[in-house]
Amino acid sequence: MRVLKFIIPLVVFAGLVAFFAVGLTRDPREVPSPFIGKAAPEFKLQQLHDAQATFSPEDMRGKVWLLNVWASWCVSCRVEHPLLVEMSKQHVVPIVGLNYKDKRDDGKQWLAKLGNPYAVSAFDVDGLVGIDYGVYGVPETFVIDRQGVIRYKQIGPITPEALEKTILPLVKKLEA
Amino acid sequence: MMRAVVVALLLAIAGAAFAQSSEIAKPDPAIERRMKGLAEELRCLVCQNQTIADSNAPLALDLRNQIRTQIAEGRTDRQIREYMTDRYGDFVLYRPPFKATTAILWVGPFAMVALGVVVFLFVVRRRRAEPAAATVPQERRAELEALLDESGRAEVARPKTD
Repeated sequence: MRVLKFIIPLVVFAGLVAFFAVGLTRDPREVPSPFIGKAAPEFKLQQLHDAQATFSPEDMRGKVWLLNVWASWCVSCRVEHPLLVEMSKQHVVPIVGLNYKDKRDDGKQWLAKLGNPYAVSAFDVDGLVGIDYGVYGVPETFVIDRQGVIRYKQIGPITPEALEKTILPLVKKLEA
Repeated sequence: MMRAVVVALLLAIAGAAFAQSSEIAKPDPAIERRMKGLAEELRCLVCQNQTIADSNAPLALDLRNQIRTQIAEGRTDRQIREYMTDRYGDFVLYRPPFKATTAILWVGPFAMVALGVVVFLFVVRRRRAEPAAATVPQERRAELEALLDESGRAEVARPKTD
């Protein structure tokens, strides 16, 4: 009985520590996306650089590709941008931009200044496609497989760590 | 690492604040009322402790417009809620459905109360089971009573001081 008096609080305390150890390292802003494993929503948008031409995810069928949501007003997009440019130089994987709630000229200027890593950028001026993709914090990046199924979603800027540990291995696996 | 993430997130929010959007209220008060009812049960993903109805984040505003459009298209409340959970998961619902992944959310508090009641009863019963102060052995009882008597008498005999 006397031993229990020590053990019970100890167990309760250890439980609390375990909860906090897990809970405090999690990012509450990262909402698990219900999209993983589902078909990427269809859309058809004007291209940023050519209002006459359109882009649709259908155009990428048969390829593994990244859909990167970005905007010229999005500050943290600048954080990941050099990584994207580097990836496009090395032709790692085709990257399609979704220019989210931006002005056409602002978007174009931004790419002219910082480099354009995108095979093409779709121009989502009213953000409706963004809503369809459940975008809530730009930048976001989706990894989409050959069949047009979303396999991974990066919320916030792509970090070198996420790229090395998650995105690139996944792309390789999907391309194999 | 953690700090970089936090800074990046803060910047993301700050950036979002610059994106301009406009709210298009429908003239039909019935639509507005339904929209409000729905928006009050949906969490804003940008400022997570606010509902879509309360938040001024551009995303909340877009989602309010989205709800209006869908109501005008004749979708039911249920369909609209489904539209939201399809995109953002059960997390957007302030009253998530009861299923395996949310069970701890719904049952947890009651389980804790039940556990508290059990511990309380256990403690109370154990206290009751403990024999009260009546553990004086028979042979010392007389001695004790004599002492008590004496002090009782002393009490009475004591002169009043006040």
